[in-house]
Amino acid sequence: MILDSKSPHGPLEEKWSKHIFDAKLVNPANKRKFDVIVVGTGLAGASAAASLAELGYNVKAFCFQDSPRRAHSIAAQGGINAAKNYQNDGDSVFRLFYDTIKGGDYRSRESNVYRLAEVSLNIIDQCVAQGVPFAREYGGLLANRSFGGAQVSRTFYARGQTGQQLLLGAYSALSRQVTNGKVQMFPRTEMLDLVMVDGHARGIITRNLITGKIESHSAHAVLLCTGGYGNVFYLSTNAMGCNTTAAWRAHKHGAFFANPCFTQIHPTCIPVSGDHQSKLTLMSESLRNDGRVWVPKEKGDKRSPKDIPEAERDYFLERRYPSFGNLVPRDVASRNAKYVCDEGRGVGATGLAVYLDFKDAIKRDGKDTIESKYGNLFDMYKQITGENPYETPMRIYPAVHYTMGGLWVDYNLMTTIPGLYSLGECNFSDHGANRLGASALMQGLADGYFVIPYAIGDYLATRSYDKIPTDHPSFKQSEERVRDQISKLLSINGSSTVDQIHRELGKVMWDYCGMSRTAEGLQQARGKIKEIKERFWSDVKVLGTNEELNMSLEKAGRVADFIELGALMIEDALNRKESCGGHFREEYQTEEGEALRDDENHTYVAAWEYQGDESNETLHKEQLEFENVKLTQRSYK
Amino acid sequence: MSWLTDALKSSLGRKLIMAITGLFLILFLMGHVLGNLLLFKPDGGQAFNEYARFMTTTPVIQVLSYVTYLSIIIHAIYSILITRKNKEARPIGYAVNKGGENSTWSSRNMGILGTIVLIFLVIHLKSFWYEMRFGILPTVIYPGVGEFKDLYSIVAAAFTQWWYVLLYLVAMFGLGYHLAHGFESAFQTLGLNHKKYTPLIKKIGFGFAIIVPLLFASMPVVMFIQSLA
Amino acid sequence: MDFTLKIWRQKDAGSKGSFNTYSVKDISSDMSFLEMLDELNEDLIKDGESPVHFDHDCREGICGTCSMYINGRAHGPQKAITTCQLHMRSFKDGDTITIEPWRAKPFPVIRDLVVDRSAFDRIIQAGGYVSVSTGGVPDANEIPIPTSIANEAMDAASCIGCGACVAACKNASAMLFVSAKVSHLALLPQGKVEATSRAENMIAQMDKEGFGLCTNTGACSAECPKEISLTHIARMNREYFNAKQTSNNIPDKEEVHEG
Repeated sequence: MILDSKSPHGPLEEKWSKHIFDAKLVNPANKRKFDVIVVGTGLAGASAAASLAELGYNVKAFCFQDSPRRAHSIAAQGGINAAKNYQNDGDSVFRLFYDTIKGGDYRSRESNVYRLAEVSLNIIDQCVAQGVPFAREYGGLLANRSFGGAQVSRTFYARGQTGQQLLLGAYSALSRQVTNGKVQMFPRTEMLDLVMVDGHARGIITRNLITGKIESHSAHAVLLCTGGYGNVFYLSTNAMGCNTTAAWRAHKHGAFFANPCFTQIHPTCIPVSGDHQSKLTLMSESLRNDGRVWVPKEKGDKRSPKDIPEAERDYFLERRYPSFGNLVPRDVASRNAKYVCDEGRGVGATGLAVYLDFKDAIKRDGKDTIESKYGNLFDMYKQITGENPYETPMRIYPAVHYTMGGLWVDYNLMTTIPGLYSLGECNFSDHGANRLGASALMQGLADGYFVIPYAIGDYLATRSYDKIPTDHPSFKQSEERVRDQISKLLSINGSSTVDQIHRELGKVMWDYCGMSRTAEGLQQARGKIKEIKERFWSDVKVLGTNEELNMSLEKAGRVADFIELGALMIEDALNRKESCGGHFREEYQTEEGEALRDDENHTYVAAWEYQGDESNETLHKEQLEFENVKLTQRSYK
Repeated sequence: MSWLTDALKSSLGRKLIMAITGLFLILFLMGHVLGNLLLFKPDGGQAFNEYARFMTTTPVIQVLSYVTYLSIIIHAIYSILITRKNKEARPIGYAVNKGGENSTWSSRNMGILGTIVLIFLVIHLKSFWYEMRFGILPTVIYPGVGEFKDLYSIVAAAFTQWWYVLLYLVAMFGLGYHLAHGFESAFQTLGLNHKKYTPLIKKIGFGFAIIVPLLFASMPVVMFIQSLA
Repeated sequence: MDFTLKIWRQKDAGSKGSFNTYSVKDISSDMSFLEMLDELNEDLIKDGESPVHFDHDCREGICGTCSMYINGRAHGPQKAITTCQLHMRSFKDGDTITIEPWRAKPFPVIRDLVVDRSAFDRIIQAGGYVSVSTGGVPDANEIPIPTSIANEAMDAASCIGCGACVAACKNASAMLFVSAKVSHLALLPQGKVEATSRAENMIAQMDKEGFGLCTNTGACSAECPKEISLTHIARMNREYFNAKQTSNNIPDKEEVHEG
């Protein structure tokens, strides 16, 4: 099968407008004849559901949380990029496009990324019109900051709660459509299967998380906006409920999964404090603007940081990268922290942390200045660790933060299943092998507000209005499959809890498919995951029944899918014999220890096709063509 | 007027009524305490008795007094309505609850404090207001002014009883705490919260809640002490 | 550290609940409160007992999902944080900790410590939005907004909808939640267009849900993880009274308010 990205031909800057014009339209009066299912109500899902309902489609929106307002987009802190060039500092759509392609280490599709940069302008307008209280200058105009080492100030923000404010904006638009009767909202409802009729996505099977009722929902198109799969690592900065189940079960029906091994590790997280750790907390990257990263020079130096003299400290980022110092990109900073900890020079009780020291900054600028810049972050750190970062250095360690991989989609955001779309972090499309800071929010809203409303019409215009009744055999079969899996999970009654197994899976993934990977390690991991899978299906202990609120049962289904996805990530990481962005294979590095891409052989998207439980997945390649940017090597020396 | 009744039936409408009647009663208290200070004038009660007649016979004051009665009644009835609705909003309470960590004692006990004040009011009105209006009071003749009902002597007599004085003291405690929350609360309900003025309102409210009940309480106490002499 | 936990257990909305006592041992002071409960649940599951159900998701204090009344306080003994940000070092070794669900008629218990807060969604649906559709909006910098206004709006908008205000209020009143949204949008020029109908509709819905009336105790604001100020309630009151006097909305005669 040849993967057709359906990217329009012609000059880059005309592709999207040409595509909009070429797309077939659904007559306004006919839109109400189409039903659309939206799974997930984060930035992508809520904005898509609201926008499609505004156009006149009948939308059914689903989320597993108790309210659409709680989706994990809410936790994004930093900001949202847009090429507004309000600061007169040389930003442009092309520059944002270029930065995103380069930041993604040349593993994303030019046409999609350019469109993302284009519609970034509209996003900010839309959000302001909804009442999103972005930060402003004294003159009343919008403020911007530079983020993640970008050369221009293009990041819009609402204190450290940008994701929250954007999500609440999308949620308000969604709420308005609920009132208008155009969106039917299903909170505390989880999608457990996709329903296919004649090769098209025509509905989903859900479980009501309170009553356990298995229900069928029929529609003319299905949108998966279910976020990333970082929780495959057990510990991540994702919310506890984030999962891959909807995407994975769609994958099993034929939606290809692209670049699953591309995961982003964020360098400044609060380290694990013990086995009880349930999740990790990110602290804004901006801390590295003033903090200095160091570890003791000697292995196993257990002295308190106060007692380690300057001469016995190793400011390893400053040493290795004299020009960028502590501000090297996320992946570089993360990897170097791992190396020093692997050498046995990590600090704290677990030895898995490095110091982020503000002593010099406080001496230089005064405590008040540092407090005004980072006060809330310092408070948060103190709240979690019980240590005062004004007096003793912070301890930080990298943590899984975002997954660039996801369901393969074409230019219309359609997966390889006709009628099944994937938006936001759930798809693979725009970030290549590494995502830039403040671009996740941008992509979620771009897909939901400004891409899908056009893209879906092009598909629906070719479809009949006929609705498939939910007693159709395809629905019945899917329901049966879901019920069977639930009964199986409940009947095993072994001795391992779901969390225990999830934790084991996470450890394997982190150790072998985390910040750096080797063929040997990945092969070992392959075997370990197979064992974990076998153990899960023979020894997991899930109590209770289906017909009640049963959080262990919910988790069990999700972990079952994470195990299978984990196995695919290992295969993908093995297949990609190069280092790029978040994927670092130790065998492929420059003499200086930096990521070494293999553009000749690996300038492609790896899209995996499911072949049944017992067989290996089939790899399909979408070759990436770069007509507008020149591939270069990143260097931060 | 359905829009108006509709508005007044809403939760905010009910609060508005509580605030407006409450503020009116605060104004009343101010007038009442100032007038009653005449009890301290060492003229054997003449000024006080003249004031008492003025208050019961001047038409404008009479209209105001009816508004006051109405305010008391509405304030009390609405407090019952609101309390009932609030109880309904939490049918099952907490096994452990530490309200003291997040709010003042008076703000949480406005119902009890108000009830104390109300019980006091009934006794107080029966003793003086009812007697003045409908009772048979001894009269006193002030040369050159005329004959007056001698309310002063009734008051003085009442304040010779220690338990009556005690009742006043308890009630004024209740009133003080009721005002400590009620004063600023009324402004908040009316939407009058501004960082420039609210601190001042709070200060005035605090002062009012101390000074007014203290003045009221001083009357029976002083007169009781005088009666001992 | 060892603790005795008294936890409200209730099988489902229809069942009668009661307190169960559990003891947990060897708890690290670095654990978060929810991790301590995770630990308890792991032990319960291994013993074949049903784990304690509680709502939680982001575990970093922003999603507003976690919701527990701990030792008589919404979100526990610390100010300005959610339950998920509470750590065991805030307790003393050997403490007895009582854990209850939010208590309010509009927040019925679903199971154990999980309550149904969909009333909040319905209040937002009644008017907590600006009626703009996607596309066709003016440039973001078209209308300047003074920083003080933008900041004040942001203060209000930082509400996470957790319901601690209702839980802590002795009247189970939702005024702080409602006012946060009314105030956020009333402050901004984009929200002013619909300010009157928004205030009227959201408060009508709030009353319909059966929340109690505000008596200005201030407990809501004191327990709010985002420290939302009572000034927003005052602003909502102004908006509402103003709307009632000046708007053209006259309710139908048949319409019965539960008010």
